Amino acid sequence: MQLPLWPEAASAVATDVDHLYIYLSVVSIVMSVLIFGTIFVFAIKYRRRSPDEIPQPIHGSLRLEITWSVIPFLIMLTFFWWGAKIYFLNAVPPPNAMDVYVVAKQWMWKLQYPGGQREINELHVPVGQPVRLTLASEDVIHSFFIPALRIKHDVVPGHYDTMWFTANKPGHYHLFCAEYCGTEHSGMIGWVDIMTPADYANWLAGGASGGTMSQQGERVFEQLGCATCHLLDRQGTSPSLRGLYGSRVQLTGGQTVLADDAYIRESILNPNAKIVAGYRANSMPSYQGQISEEGILQLIVYIKSLATPNAPGAPTAALTPGAALIPGVALHPAVAQTVSALRRVNQRDGGTQ
Amino acid sequence: MSTALQDPQTIETPNYLNAEYGWKSWLFTTDHKRIAVLYLISISVMFALGGVFAMLIRLELLTPPGDLFTSDTYNKIFTMHGIVMIFFFLIPSIPATFGNFLVPMMIGAKDLAFPRINLLSWYIYIAGALFALAAIVMGGVDTGWTFYTPFSTTYSNTFVITAAVGVFVAGFSSILTGLNFIVTIHKMRAPGMTWGRLPLFVWANYATALIQVLGTPVVAITLALVGLERAFHIGIFDPAIGGDPILFQHMFWFYSHPAVYIMILPGMGVISELVTCFSRKGIFGYSFIAGSSLGIAIIGFLVWGHHMFVTGMSMYAGLYFSLLTMFVAVPSAIKVFNWTATMFRGSISYDTPMLYAFGFIGLFTIGGLTGLFLGTLGMDVHLTDTYFVVAHFHYVMVGGMVVAYLGAMHFWWPKITGRMYPEGWGKFSALLVFVGFNLTFFPQFILGYLGQPRRYHAYAPEFQVLNVMSSAGASVLGLGFLIPLIYFLWSLKYGKKAGNNPWGAKGLEWTTQSPPTTFNFDETPIVTEEAYAYAKHEETHVG
Repeated sequence: MQLPLWPEAASAVATDVDHLYIYLSVVSIVMSVLIFGTIFVFAIKYRRRSPDEIPQPIHGSLRLEITWSVIPFLIMLTFFWWGAKIYFLNAVPPPNAMDVYVVAKQWMWKLQYPGGQREINELHVPVGQPVRLTLASEDVIHSFFIPALRIKHDVVPGHYDTMWFTANKPGHYHLFCAEYCGTEHSGMIGWVDIMTPADYANWLAGGASGGTMSQQGERVFEQLGCATCHLLDRQGTSPSLRGLYGSRVQLTGGQTVLADDAYIRESILNPNAKIVAGYRANSMPSYQGQISEEGILQLIVYIKSLATPNAPGAPTAALTPGAALIPGVALHPAVAQTVSALRRVNQRDGGTQ
Repeated sequence: MSTALQDPQTIETPNYLNAEYGWKSWLFTTDHKRIAVLYLISISVMFALGGVFAMLIRLELLTPPGDLFTSDTYNKIFTMHGIVMIFFFLIPSIPATFGNFLVPMMIGAKDLAFPRINLLSWYIYIAGALFALAAIVMGGVDTGWTFYTPFSTTYSNTFVITAAVGVFVAGFSSILTGLNFIVTIHKMRAPGMTWGRLPLFVWANYATALIQVLGTPVVAITLALVGLERAFHIGIFDPAIGGDPILFQHMFWFYSHPAVYIMILPGMGVISELVTCFSRKGIFGYSFIAGSSLGIAIIGFLVWGHHMFVTGMSMYAGLYFSLLTMFVAVPSAIKVFNWTATMFRGSISYDTPMLYAFGFIGLFTIGGLTGLFLGTLGMDVHLTDTYFVVAHFHYVMVGGMVVAYLGAMHFWWPKITGRMYPEGWGKFSALLVFVGFNLTFFPQFILGYLGQPRRYHAYAPEFQVLNVMSSAGASVLGLGFLIPLIYFLWSLKYGKKAGNNPWGAKGLEWTTQSPPTTFNFDETPIVTEEAYAYAKHEETHVG
């Protein structure tokens, strides 16, 4: 008979979350014991001793009211601060994170690696290496949940979401879908295999077929005839994609937009949403329904490789100031500053980020 | 019976129950007390139905594999459990029954301001409930009570629109009840019943009514949009046709978080009445308890995003919602501390209603504190959508609200029916509810931290022991709910006469006969003292 009472922790973040949980639990237990104990003592001490006794009322006390409003609130602010700190640190993957692409569909997880390896309901990652997951859904909302890492993120159709972690303990851990997604929701489960770097290298060597993800993307690019208009090395009827990824694109109407994953996805599925300056609307058909979410991710990786031709498929970084913190995602300067500051504080405190 | 009849005490005096007979006298009544009884019967039926679904859930979860029902059936069972319990039991529960019965009496009025609208709201509730029942009979709904898109609008093959119409319709019942209370409390207070003398139960229902009137239209609109998208493929929430599924969650929780306070505030009002009566002592910090109800109603509208920390919402929005969630906990804490302080130097008796009040304070405290875990950003990432959430909201909704409801039943039953229930059985079942409840839901906190996701038909084998504990507790809890049903029905005929004021309680409702006459009071009462004036002479001040 198994009766686990505490989940395994396979990352430094999981241990941080455990510490927060212990803090919250201890404070809650102390407050509960104080309240229950007081009520218990009052209930015994002031029990009715004769049927006609009438105690004197006490109307209240402003001093007490302020005390028991302010002190709990200050304690709650410590909850808030600690929780927000963990949340912010986890929101932002470090620039050297390795990419894995996750596509959720009813009722399975499909994973692709930049090296071309693909698997279903199983995620293999090495210890000590930051891993960034890009999450896409083909149908309804799912949620990618790894209890041993204490992290979870919804996978929302029409959006790309990212989550990241650095595992520190090899093992075989649960992967759950946490957002109810229909019939086989409870069957949309799998495993996260956290491996030593050597085991991981062996695993990588055995897995790939059909080229890297970027090469797969190149094939999709050819199959869909993208190259007819998007000429790579000279001006065609559509914008060149060389050097596009991570750059700022000037749109008709004067705005600029960062060419990140979401922008590229939108431009494939809904080309008229954002028109590049100097080009006409309605010159590209929508590829909605003609390309799977996995195919789009392969295209994105391919287009990304065009931005850094020397290392196709390698993690890209530092394309723009914002992207130094989250590759492919533009950060508001204030967010970038906050996150950098938090990282510095955390490192100074002996944290593990 | 024949011997009882000779007792002069049992000769029936005219009251609202025997004023008229026949089904028409009930179905066309405009008496707020009879409408309260209609609601009491209707929501009890819905509670029993929701309870059956709960039992089926706990039965399936006895073993890790999904071996009792198919996945589709299980998904329908937990969905219908949620829809029935939330929209057809918890939301109407205390306001529609005890609020209906007591608010006019507590303020010295003959009836609510709009008696016919009051009856209409019951019919609307029944219409909504019939749609929900139709959805069940036709084959069920499997979206979860939250109707998350695009699953509900595009992917579910069940009777989503029927169920959504049921919730939509029932919402109007809630709005009308709220409106009726607001007008009644503003305009129909007896002479001398100032705002500062209102019983705290009335304050709680007033705050609830504000949320009902302001919040319910939003969920009605949201569900209407779900229906439109599902029926006509208008792209609102489904990204495949140009919508945004996160928009749905913002709209849904904008109502459904305040709805939590629709469910719990009236229960807090009940506890204020119970604690004062059974401590025989005025409330400590009247204005803070009354004000905290309004505070909860207002801040409760500003925290909905804490349901969405892992949806990819902006980090700064997360900060804001987390911080405000800490704010909303303060008024709840104020109430708990003031109830405790009220017992200080009181004269405390352990009658059944007071046992429920003790239970409420304990369980609600745990429910509230674990809510703070979920409002804490980094913690919520791990806990959201696990059994920790299930445990948390059952501590608030069952440990808080249903326990308060049972406390109210045991406190005002003598007033409503004129009869007493057997006190020993009352205490025994209160104990069963408390023990059964904790055994059911405490293990779920542990399950949640271990990582068992909610709404799982089958689960990992290592979670079995805790799930078996939970199912065992559920059967004790079920028994704790069943015994009162039996002795309340028994007491209608065999219970001893209650008299006007069996608890020696203050409050205008205890000054009239039990059961009251149709117009509550022979003459309009004139109020000369504040609420809970158990001791009329010298008063002491502390601090």
